[in-house]
Amino acid sequence: MEIAILAGDKEIIIPDSVINFVIVGILLLIFALVVNKKAKDVDPEKAPSTFLNVVELIVDTVNNFVISTMGKHNLRFAPYILTLFILILCSNLFGLLGFTSPTSDYSVTFSLALVTFGIVQVNAIKSAGGFGKYLKGFLDPLPFLLPLNIAGELANPVSLSFRLFGNVLSGSLIMSLLYSFLGYLAPIIAPPFHIYFDIFSGVLQAFIFTMLTMVFIAGATEE
Amino acid sequence: MFEGISNEAFVLGCSAIGAGIAMIAGLGPGIGQGYAAGKGAEAVGRQPEAQGDITRTMLLGQAVAETTGIYSLVIAIILLFVQPLLGAL
Repeated sequence: MEIAILAGDKEIIIPDSVINFVIVGILLLIFALVVNKKAKDVDPEKAPSTFLNVVELIVDTVNNFVISTMGKHNLRFAPYILTLFILILCSNLFGLLGFTSPTSDYSVTFSLALVTFGIVQVNAIKSAGGFGKYLKGFLDPLPFLLPLNIAGELANPVSLSFRLFGNVLSGSLIMSLLYSFLGYLAPIIAPPFHIYFDIFSGVLQAFIFTMLTMVFIAGATEE
Repeated sequence: MFEGISNEAFVLGCSAIGAGIAMIAGLGPGIGQGYAAGKGAEAVGRQPEAQGDITRTMLLGQAVAETTGIYSLVIAIILLFVQPLLGAL
C-alpha cells in the first residue's frame, strides 16, 4: 500500500514501509495508553494483575540494565531506551505478519539513528559545559586530527542505521529468494529460516541498536 | 566476442559481477566474529558465572565487527537493485 502525494507538479511517493512504521507506532501508542489507564485504576490494597506484573517486570529490567551499563546518573534515559527497543523489535517482527518490514527501508532506520545522534550531541555539549568547549574537544588529542574526529562522529549514525537496515533487508531478500526457489515446498521448509532471519536476527538487531545507543550516550555524558 | 551485446546488457552483467566481488568483503567479518565467539567461549569456560556479561559484550563486539560486511552488502544491493551505472550510459 503506497500513498502518493501531489505537491505542486511533483509527486511524492510514501513507500509502504514508512506507512507500516507509523502503524506500528500508533499500535504501541494505544498499548501505552491502555497500560497507563490500567496502572492508574489499580487498587493498591489488592495484588496487581498478571498483565501489570509483566509490564512492571519489563520496566524494572530495563532500569537495572540502564544503571549497569550507563551508570546511575543516566537513569533518565531508561524510558527512551525501552521505547526504542520495543519500537525496533515490533518493526522487525512486523515482517512476519506478511507486511513489508518497516526497518527494511533506509529512511526509517536513518531517522531512528538521527534521533540517537541528536541526543548524543546535545548531551555531549551539556557535559562539556558549553558549545565552545564542545567544539574544542574535537581538537583533542592533537589539532591536526580534527577532520578524523569529525568523520568519526558523523560515521556513528551512518553505521548504526546501515547495520539495522542491512540485516533486516538481507533477511527479507534471502527469504524472498528462498520462496521463489522452493515453490510449493515453501510452507514446509521455510519456517526454520523464518525463525533465524526474522525472529532471532530481529531481536538481536533491536538489542544491538539500543545497546549501541546506550554506549554512545554513556560516552557523551561521562564526566 | 562482445558484438551481439547491447550496452544495457553489458552494464547489467558487469554490475552483477561487481556485486559478487563486493561480497568478498564478507570474509573479514566472518573471521572476526568467529574469533570473538571463540574468545567468548574461552572466557565462559574460565568464568562460567559471568556468562551473561560475556555474552552481551561478545554480541556487541560482533555487531560492530559486522559493519564492514554490511557496507559491502549495501553496495552489492545498490548495484543489483538500484543500478546506478545504467544512468551513466
